[in-house]
Amino acid sequence: MAEISIKDVCKSYGRTQILHGVDLNFRAGEFVVILGPSGCGKSTLLRMIAGLEEITGGEISIDGVVVNELEPRDRGCSMVFQNYALYPHMNVAANIGYALKVAGVPRAERTRRIVETARIVGLEELLDRKPAELSGGQRQRVAMGRAIIREPKVFLFDEPLSNLDAKLRVQMRVEIRRLHKRLSATSVFVTHDQVEAMTLADKLIVMNKGNVEQVGTPLEIYQRPRTRFVGSFIGSPAMNFFDSTVAPGGDFVLLDGIRLAIDPALGGDNAGSAVSAGIRPEHCRLVAAGTASSVPATVDFVEELGSGRIVHVEIDGRDFAVAMDEGQLVEAGTTVGLQLPAAHIHLFSLQTGLRLDDVPAVKRTIKTTVAA
Amino acid sequence: MIERTPVLNAVTYFIMCLGLLVILGPFWMIFAASTQSLAQVNAVPFNFTPGADFLHNLQEAWHRANLGPALLNSLITSLLVMTGKIVLAALSAFAIVYFRSPLRHVFFWMVFLTLMLPLEVRVIPTYNIAADVFEPVRWLIQTLTGIELSLQWNLLNSYSGLVLPLIATATGTFLYRQFYMTLPDELAEAAKMDGARPLRFFIDILLPLSRTNMLALATIMFVYAWNQYLWPKLMTTEVDYQTAMVAMRTLVPSVNSLPEWNISMAGALIIMAPPLIVVAVLQRWFIRGLVSAEK
Repeated sequence: MAEISIKDVCKSYGRTQILHGVDLNFRAGEFVVILGPSGCGKSTLLRMIAGLEEITGGEISIDGVVVNELEPRDRGCSMVFQNYALYPHMNVAANIGYALKVAGVPRAERTRRIVETARIVGLEELLDRKPAELSGGQRQRVAMGRAIIREPKVFLFDEPLSNLDAKLRVQMRVEIRRLHKRLSATSVFVTHDQVEAMTLADKLIVMNKGNVEQVGTPLEIYQRPRTRFVGSFIGSPAMNFFDSTVAPGGDFVLLDGIRLAIDPALGGDNAGSAVSAGIRPEHCRLVAAGTASSVPATVDFVEELGSGRIVHVEIDGRDFAVAMDEGQLVEAGTTVGLQLPAAHIHLFSLQTGLRLDDVPAVKRTIKTTVAA
Repeated sequence: MIERTPVLNAVTYFIMCLGLLVILGPFWMIFAASTQSLAQVNAVPFNFTPGADFLHNLQEAWHRANLGPALLNSLITSLLVMTGKIVLAALSAFAIVYFRSPLRHVFFWMVFLTLMLPLEVRVIPTYNIAADVFEPVRWLIQTLTGIELSLQWNLLNSYSGLVLPLIATATGTFLYRQFYMTLPDELAEAAKMDGARPLRFFIDILLPLSRTNMLALATIMFVYAWNQYLWPKLMTTEVDYQTAMVAMRTLVPSVNSLPEWNISMAGALIIMAPPLIVVAVLQRWFIRGLVSAEK
């Protein structure tokens, strides 16, 4: 268990800057997930914590000790790699126990700990196998066993589930969560999969283009995305957006000539500003065409999910996704009305991409946005 | 491409048989000659059927050329050259691939350039150095400080002299480098996270993984070292350090002696045996090591 503090950390390769001053604090025992599109610098940040990448600027400390100049072996972290990086010529037991062998742990003690670790990750039967004789999920377990046998202060996961098939991924996700509950070491998990991120995280960090966009619990981030990017990146299917202007009274925005009421707390101080309005598909409602305060829309096509369906409607040439329950049926080609409840409309500034009612946060983000 | 026509098949087999004949023909000639008497071997045209003097010829060749010690010398130097090359090439490729130094490309290309400078090209300077290893050092110290040192190390007529100048290998370095580059970077990173220092990673991970690579290199390099003639011939003036290839020279008839080609062919047959055995034993790994890396 250790806390990690990251202060104004930068990374550049030559003249290309990858990370622009990242400030983060992870509490001891926390499960932190870093989420972002590929190339946003999330893996680089993880590798800098591990000691596999040099830190260009700023400071990383683990348990109060600045680790910038420490070798990976002295940082007390273990890491699970995306392609597992198992030693192909060693059997499972040797793979799991290699760190102990390097550390000079006596054979008897080593064997005891290998067996114990294998039991935790469910590999007791396979200790003599070579990695080539294992399935993807089993290899994944070996990689996790190799990480936990050292009893590290910090676990680092670099997209460990992305090489697995969908079913196994869900299963391993649950196991990782269970393992964390059992070992309660600080864990940092990097992924581009938002479902993994939402389900695993105590603390979720959304990154984009080398900046931290938002830090919070998964629910906070889902409910109050601080930037337009976070809003569009979290949630599946993605949030619907349309550009508009807040009415002079601050009480509505226009979509295709129809007035949509908004939360006065949102619009009040921002009357007249150009905004990007967003609403999640699961918050849109389809009603009969012509219903009051609904926007007329044409049903484009329907994606069937079994447990429900996603209806794509078209308004003024723009696609809106609407998530619907199992019971409701809609035919493609028909005209319907789209209702957007005021409580669920998010407003982001068109210029800065920042959430309008998130005043305290504005100052912080302006700094990072300017740096970008 | 798979063709199923009997005519093409026949042509293919004919070409393959022709190739086999071209390769095996000389061997059969050596074998046939080594079994014949002096009169038979000098008959014109050459008779390809074996004679009855095989054992006698082998004995004669063995005694005349003193092949016992010579073969032992050859074996010792070849094994040393082979081992030296395998170790040195593995280490230099390790340095080139895994250490981020600004000059590593320069070093790699310098190693690569030595392919253009085989021993035959640089034989005189190499002989000078072998005769007096510290000459450059002495010269440097004297020109810099004016102090005259009396360091002497003479490699002539010694195993070190037979082995050391042959040990550097660009081919081996290149072979290892290509293999190391096929390994994922995460392997080195995982070892780093597990606490292994570079040399530990090299010994525990890289060497076991390059086993087939090493055996392939061992095959090539053993044969290469065994076949050396020019350098051992120059280096050794004492019979004690003669290699089999050099000893073989005494069996080749000169202008004024009897044309005993049957004896020289018997000697050739003896000298040919060890590399043939090595290739036969290692050929499975030899092919695997050159064709693909173990998964």
